[in-house]
Amino acid sequence: MEIYQALRTFADTWGLLVLFLFFVLMIIWLFRPGARKLHDDASRQIFRNEDRPKPPEDAKRHDARDQTKDRSNG
Amino acid sequence: MLDGIKIIVLGLLTLLFGLAANAGLDAVFRFHMTLFMAFFGVWTILAIRSYGKKPAPSESSYMDGPIKAGVIATAFWGIAGFLVGDIIAWQLTFPELNLGLPWTSFGRLRPLHTSAVIFAFGGNALIATSLYIVQRTSAVRLWGGNAAWFVFWGYNLFIVMAATGYLLGVTQSKEYAEPEWVANIWLAVVWLTYLAIFLGTIVRRREPHIYVANWFFLAFIVTVTMLHVVNGLSIPVSPLASLSVPLFPGVQGAMVQWWYGHNAVGFFLTAGFLGMMYYFIPKQAERPVYSYKLSIIHFWAIIFLYIWAGPHHLHFTALPDWAQYLGMTFSVMLWMPSWGGMINGLMTLQGAWDKLRTDPVLRMLVISVGFYGMATFEGPMMSIRAVNSLSHYTDWTIGHVHSAALGWNGMITFGALYFLVPRLWNRERLYSLTLVSWHFWLATIGIVLYASSMWVTGIMEGLMWREVDEQGFLVNSFADTVAAKFPMYVVRAFGGMLFAGGAILMAYNLWMTVRAVPQQTRDTAAAVPAQ
Repeated sequence: MEIYQALRTFADTWGLLVLFLFFVLMIIWLFRPGARKLHDDASRQIFRNEDRPKPPEDAKRHDARDQTKDRSNG
Repeated sequence: MLDGIKIIVLGLLTLLFGLAANAGLDAVFRFHMTLFMAFFGVWTILAIRSYGKKPAPSESSYMDGPIKAGVIATAFWGIAGFLVGDIIAWQLTFPELNLGLPWTSFGRLRPLHTSAVIFAFGGNALIATSLYIVQRTSAVRLWGGNAAWFVFWGYNLFIVMAATGYLLGVTQSKEYAEPEWVANIWLAVVWLTYLAIFLGTIVRRREPHIYVANWFFLAFIVTVTMLHVVNGLSIPVSPLASLSVPLFPGVQGAMVQWWYGHNAVGFFLTAGFLGMMYYFIPKQAERPVYSYKLSIIHFWAIIFLYIWAGPHHLHFTALPDWAQYLGMTFSVMLWMPSWGGMINGLMTLQGAWDKLRTDPVLRMLVISVGFYGMATFEGPMMSIRAVNSLSHYTDWTIGHVHSAALGWNGMITFGALYFLVPRLWNRERLYSLTLVSWHFWLATIGIVLYASSMWVTGIMEGLMWREVDEQGFLVNSFADTVAAKFPMYVVRAFGGMLFAGGAILMAYNLWMTVRAVPQQTRDTAAAVPAQ
C-alpha cells in the first residue's frame, strides 16, 4: 500500500507537472520565429523522392531538391 | 560464415519446434508448434538455397516487395474479416446459424471477426503503408534488408495462430487480446523487428525533418509494444501447453486490460491510421497538409490524452471512482485534438474541393475523416458517466465501434489501397473508377444502416433494462429485449453485407488493375496527370 501511495502521489504532483510543462513548452517552441519556413518545407516533403531514394551526396545539401514530381491518380 | 551460422540456427529451431510439436500436452499446442516447424523449415531451405549469394546492393531503389505482399494480405484479410462479421450478425438474428457446432458458434467466431478486421486487415494495412511512407518521406531504402519480409510473414503467422486458436477453443478471454502466450511472445518478437526496421530507416533518412506521419506511426509501434507486453504478462500452465494464467488478478487485471484495450483503439486504430491520413490525403489532393503546426499539436495532444482514457470502459464497476472520473475527463478532453486533426485533414482540401467530384478515391479518404470526426464526438459523449449508464453493455457501443472502424479505419484503408496498387505495380491508372464509386456508396450505405440500427436498438435496449413499474420491479426480462431487437438486427446484417460486397468489388478492381491496365511509362508520369 505504501508503494501504491508513493507512486500515486508522485504521479498526481510532479509527474503531472512535468508532463503538463512539456506540453506547454512544446507548443511555445512550435511557434518560435523561423519555424514557418521549416514547417512549410516539411509539409512538402511528401512530394519529393516518390520513385527512388535520394542519392547520398544530395542529402547533405537540402536545397538541391529533386523536383521530379508525382503523378496524380484517380 | 555468417550464412552457415544462420542455416544452423534456423535448422536447430526447426528441430526444436518439431520436438515441441511431438511433446505438446494439448492438440492446439501441437498444431501451433507444427506451424512454427513449417515456418522455420521453409526459412532454412531458403537460407540453404541462397547460401553464399551476395544480395545485389540496391540502395538506389525502394524496397516494395513486402509492401506489395502487405497490400494483398490486407485485401484478403479484410474480405475474410467482413464476411465472418456478417455471418455472426446473421447468427445473432437467427441463432440456428450457430449450427450447433463448437467451431462455428458465435463465441468463437466473434474474436475471429474482431482479430481479423483489427489485427489482420488493419495491422497488415498499417505495416504496409508505414513501410511505404517511411521510405518515401525519409528518401532512403528500408533499413534491415530482408527483415521486412520476416515482419510480413511473421505477423501473418501470428494471425493464423490466433485465428486457428480461437476456432479450436484457445483464448485468453481478454477482449482484443485473445491470443494465448505462445502467439503473444511470437508477436512481441515480430513487433520489435518492425520497430527496429522503422527506427533504422528514420535514423538513416536523407531528409532533414521527420515527416509528421512517421511520428504517428512511431508512436503507434512503440505504444503497442508496451501495451501488448504488459497486458500479455501471464504464467503458462506448462511450457508445453496452450493455456496460461494472467498475472494481474481482479480489478487490477480489469484496469490493465482496458488500459490495453482503449489504447489499442487509441494507438493502433487512431494514431497509426492518422499516419496514413497525413500522407494519403495530401498526396491524393496534391496539396500539402492544411497546417503542419496543427498536425504537431494534434500529435502531442493525442499522445498525452489517449493513454488515460481506458477507465471509461469500467464505469460503475469495482474500479475506484477517482479512476473512473479520470478516464471520463480525459476522454472528454480528447474531443479537442481529435477534431483539430479532423479539421486539419478536411481543410487540406481547401482550394481543391472540386476534386471530390471527379476523384472517388479522394472522396473515400475524405469521408473516412468525416467518420473519424463523428466517432470521436460520439466516443467522449458515451464516456460521460450519465450517458454511459444508458449506453454501456448495449448495442449502442457496437454501433459506435463500427461507425469508427468501418467508416474511419475501413474507408481510409480502401483509399490507401486504391492509391498504392497502381504505384506499386507501376500501372498508369486504376482499372475502373466507376467500380470505386460503387464501392464508396455500398460501403457508405452499409455503414449508415449499421450505425443507425444499432443506435435505435441500443437506446431501446438500455431503456428497457432500466424500466421499472410503480412498485419498483423490473418490467422487462433480458429475453424481451432480445426479441424486440430482431428487426434492427436484420437491418444491421444487411448493412454489413453491403459493406462486405463493396470490399469484394475493390478486390476485383485491384486485381484487374494489375492484370489489365497497361504499364506506366516513367517519363510521361510528371507531365500527364491521369484523371
